[in-house]
Amino acid sequence: MVRHKIVLHFPHEQVDKPIVSKLVRDYGLDFNILKASITPREEGLLVLEVTGEEEDYLRGMEYLRSCGVSIQPLSQDVRRNEDRCTHCGACLAVCPTDALSLDRESWEVRFSEEECVACELCVRVCPPRAMEIHY
Amino acid sequence: MAKTIEEINERIRRGEAVVVTAEEIIDLVEVKGVEEVARTVDVVTTGTFGPMCSSGAFINLGHAQPRIKIQRAWLNEVPAYCGIAAVDIYIGATEMAEHDPLNEVFPGEFRYGGGHVIEDLVARRKVRLRAEAYGTDCYPNRHWEKEITLDDVKEAWLFNPRNAYQNYNVAVNLSDRVIYTYMGVLRPNLGNANYCSAGQLSPLLNDPLFRTIGIGTRIFLGGGVGYVVWPGTQHNTDVPRGANGTPTRPAGTIAVIGDLRGMNPRYLTAYSMLGYGATLAVGIGIPIPVLDEETVRYAAVRDDDLVAPVVDYSVDYPQGTGRVLGEVTYAQLKSGRIVVEGKEVPTAPLSSYSRAREIAQTLKTWIRQGEFLLTEPVELLPCATREGR
Ligand code: SF4
Ligand code: SF4
Repeated sequence: MVRHKIVLHFPHEQVDKPIVSKLVRDYGLDFNILKASITPREEGLLVLEVTGEEEDYLRGMEYLRSCGVSIQPLSQDVRRNEDRCTHCGACLAVCPTDALSLDRESWEVRFSEEECVACELCVRVCPPRAMEIHY
Repeated sequence: MAKTIEEINERIRRGEAVVVTAEEIIDLVEVKGVEEVARTVDVVTTGTFGPMCSSGAFINLGHAQPRIKIQRAWLNEVPAYCGIAAVDIYIGATEMAEHDPLNEVFPGEFRYGGGHVIEDLVARRKVRLRAEAYGTDCYPNRHWEKEITLDDVKEAWLFNPRNAYQNYNVAVNLSDRVIYTYMGVLRPNLGNANYCSAGQLSPLLNDPLFRTIGIGTRIFLGGGVGYVVWPGTQHNTDVPRGANGTPTRPAGTIAVIGDLRGMNPRYLTAYSMLGYGATLAVGIGIPIPVLDEETVRYAAVRDDDLVAPVVDYSVDYPQGTGRVLGEVTYAQLKSGRIVVEGKEVPTAPLSSYSRAREIAQTLKTWIRQGEFLLTEPVELLPCATREGR
């Protein structure tokens, strides 16, 4: 048995198709949806925790790739360099989760690592480049 | 019951000045009324921190041996303007490093530009100078390369031709694709709205008719001390105004100057705007002397009374059509949602309100401690409404 957390990026035209449900039916994998959203570029974004036999897992991923879905392990981490963040708010429009949110008392932008799915959308959008990818 | 700047300075020198921020004065006026606040408060401090593209720095590099009359120069590969004498150069905030891919792979990242050079200098990091010249009898040198720091150049001043815009557009996108602008990423079909003003804390919105701010006004600039030297480029006061005299469109601006050596990267931060370019976020705080009740009435303006235009950045802004989709107040913008063309749109600031507060507080501390005196402007900035033009 293996258990992996992965981030799936669906191209625009695949967003509505039931690709993921095939993982259960045809590959015998179990999954938990941790997060699902549509990014600003109208691509689908899904964070899954997948469990199953190693071999089934690999075949399942192969199948996803053949559908044009890109797969990213969630082992990498997006962190914020607190010294560089100016609390400008430019990231708020692109974060697909609530990982980045504006505190309307202090007017600081809060970053919650727990809610971050490491989609990296904020990384290039952040003007002082405070959002950093760690491997 | 009018006060003079000299009287206020006397109180500052004695450590007795009463200073409040443009945010604090709102509640104070609510509780005590305009008349009492005018009598008891001496100075109102304001603040703003946001990307200000019309910024840059003059640097005099000191003379090389043998001497060089620089014709082209680069700082960390970012071209600087050299058409002024031998070793004076100007580095603009939005200039990009040579060989930057710009928008070739769209949207470009614009990782390093003039704003980054300025931040590096202020952070006391080494910057690589490369200069070329054609050589003359008096300036024979043709090539000069060395590492410079802020401490070993002769002079380095921030000199920004247009800063601290009095009010600004709220940017939205009516098209069906994502657009990348100097107002940030705008999602299609009114997916989000970005605004860029500190609203009730913003310097020029607290003195909407420029009754106190003028040439020679001493200010907080980039963490140090600077001065207003002139109306900024595009300074325009002939604009629609609300009942409180505040412009409901982008209006006045200021040109500012200050020694880079006193500044701090926390208030002078390089920005890379995805798909647009590099720029510099500048922190500015302006003290408003409480001369009379009128000053208090203007400085007590609140977000509910400040109105900004909503502008489409997919067609109307780039094509310069002048169309405005509607008006919203800063209170609505700060609530997180506005309604545009019948649709609820989430908002985000580009101007950091937390840092604007920090600036207004810092300036307040400087004045309270007697370290920062107010100046009598040599001349007020032009304002069509104040002058009855
Ligand atoms: S875009 Fe970057 S600097 Fe701005 S609030 Fe987000 S993390 Fe902070
Ligand atoms: S990587 Fe950035 S945009 Fe993506 S979820 Fe984390 S904080 Fe949000």
